[in-house]
Amino acid sequence: MMEALHVPTLAEMTQRGEKPDVLFWVGCAGSFDDRAKKITKAFARLLQRSGVSFAVLGAEESCTGDPARRAGNEFLFQMQALANIEVLQAYEVQRIVTTCPHCFNTLKNEYPELGGSFEVFHHTQYLQTLLKEGKLKVEGGAFKGKRIVFHDPCYLGRVNQEYEAPRALLSTLEAELTEMRRCKKQGLCCGAGGAQMFKEPEAGDKDINHERAEEALSTEPAIIATGCPFCNTMMTDGVKHFEKEGSVQVLDIAEAIAQADEL
Amino acid sequence: MIEQVAFLLVLTLGAALFARRIIRLRRGLAMARPSERHDQPSERWKVMARVALGQGKMGGRPVAAFFHVIVYVGFVLINVEVLEILLDGITGQHRILQAPLGGLYTAAINFFEILGVLVILACVVFLLRREFGGINRFNHSDLTGWPRQDAAIILYTEIVLMVALLVMNAAEAALPDGHAPFVVAQAIAPLFAGLSPKALHHVMEGAWWFHFVGILAFLNYLPQSKHFHIILAFPNTWYSKLDARGRIPAMPAVTREIKAMLDPSYVPDSAESPARFGAKDVQDLHFANVLNAYTCTECGRCTSECPANQTGKKLSPRKIMMATRDRVEQVLNEPENTQTLLDGWISREELWACTTCNACVEACPLNIDPLDIIQQIRQYLVMEESAAPASLNTMMNNVENNAAPWAYPQADRGLWTTEN
Repeated sequence: MMEALHVPTLAEMTQRGEKPDVLFWVGCAGSFDDRAKKITKAFARLLQRSGVSFAVLGAEESCTGDPARRAGNEFLFQMQALANIEVLQAYEVQRIVTTCPHCFNTLKNEYPELGGSFEVFHHTQYLQTLLKEGKLKVEGGAFKGKRIVFHDPCYLGRVNQEYEAPRALLSTLEAELTEMRRCKKQGLCCGAGGAQMFKEPEAGDKDINHERAEEALSTEPAIIATGCPFCNTMMTDGVKHFEKEGSVQVLDIAEAIAQADEL
Repeated sequence: MIEQVAFLLVLTLGAALFARRIIRLRRGLAMARPSERHDQPSERWKVMARVALGQGKMGGRPVAAFFHVIVYVGFVLINVEVLEILLDGITGQHRILQAPLGGLYTAAINFFEILGVLVILACVVFLLRREFGGINRFNHSDLTGWPRQDAAIILYTEIVLMVALLVMNAAEAALPDGHAPFVVAQAIAPLFAGLSPKALHHVMEGAWWFHFVGILAFLNYLPQSKHFHIILAFPNTWYSKLDARGRIPAMPAVTREIKAMLDPSYVPDSAESPARFGAKDVQDLHFANVLNAYTCTECGRCTSECPANQTGKKLSPRKIMMATRDRVEQVLNEPENTQTLLDGWISREELWACTTCNACVEACPLNIDPLDIIQQIRQYLVMEESAAPASLNTMMNNVENNAAPWAYPQADRGLWTTEN
């Protein structure tokens, strides 16, 4: 059993007169969803291991408003956004890293118009930088020879044109990387975006996550890697639908790297 | 002389009809909220040059891109010859540029003729692909009826226009005193060997007139066809969204209201509020949305990449664009018709099936944005009608009360740091 992480909140650090290098924006899934919490913890361990000074907002964090905005509720979105910006500015936050591409997109692209300009990173981008700086070292042993296929989260890939960072990280694992036919710009959505996560799908022939999981499974991977807690849920459910959970793991890139590092 | 008068009459009529069509288009565009996309003009010209002129987003489908570029280059270059047609028609001369240009003229016409043959081949390939290619986006229910006929009319017309051009040259090449030393004309001239010089003259002149009237007729056909893209591709890409793809523009009226709520001392810089939040009908959309709709050539790349459509949901981004255009046309034709874009042309089921994944936006070779329309109608549904699906209302209640889409207390957000 792993030990608890003891990640400081910004309030605690500020009280001690300290200022972190970066704020880890955990997001709602990362805070509450049992599966996503594992991603959160894996990433926090990687940050600690790399000697990064970071904090979280804890109870002061709030939904970015993304699902409300995509559902059409501009009012609720802006309520969330303006309140969050106030908190972030009160702490003089400049750099934010998040494990959720939806939070990432909203903080990076939608908050500036409302007065909140921050330097925002997706965790794969941040880890890639740590890797380049030599602060993060990855031992590939655990994954040697295993086949990994990466599912591009829409809000990281197509929406923010980040296809490279997750692949660069995966390539350090000495695994066999493979691609689905629909990847990168053509990557098929997992089915969760645009607030779909919170509702039943409309009538059709098939659930989107089954379609995507089927495609991922057709590459015969040992691991389906992704970089979004919602994609993770959708792909995990999809893999279960095809009864492959015994042989195929769905992992966030942070988890894969933390596993490689035996964190 | 009579011919010159007839020519000018036909030309004037064709131009006047086309001008009327353009005025009508402007009325359609003026229906929507005005465009704010006038910033960064140099960047806009670059996008236009890359995406429209340079066909920069066609490469994803190499077979279609290859044949499309032939038709596109053919359209642009062969139409240089229209210049001569105009000069000949007005002056009553024949091949007015041939003598002054000499060898260059022959080279140019040779080039146009070969291009013309390639255009015919490309159009035949396109017809066969549509009919027998087993390509889902062409067999899709979006295209039932008129759209499918429209596609066929365009391709057949292009073939016929190119054939007319080649027949004109070939008939002249077959004349004993003809000056048509052009490569394709010479090759097919033997087909006309049995005709008398008089008959050949008739064929030549008939083909010339057919080509000229055909171009004008086609020009006037464009505005009511999906083929309008050959012109609108340029302004449409100029009006592309330039900022981050993932940004939904904030509504200023909402910002002012919330700022006033959060800070009683806040003084808004304007009290303007939109007549309606989001879009219920085409008048609520923006200029670029309507321009997008008229530009759409119904290729269906968006729909073929859409995760909802691929899994059998009703949503088809192409249909969103076609419905928008049809509704604008309906407003122009029957101003008294009270149907609206929402419910009249686009159902709620379609709108709620969207995952906002941006695949349609990425796929469009002309930077058309179906998602922007979907998003604006969702805003109307939620902000004006409170008509979101029940599960989304639950999610929004949670965000409002617990600061998360699920009903967990905000105070527990940091619990993971102390858990094993």
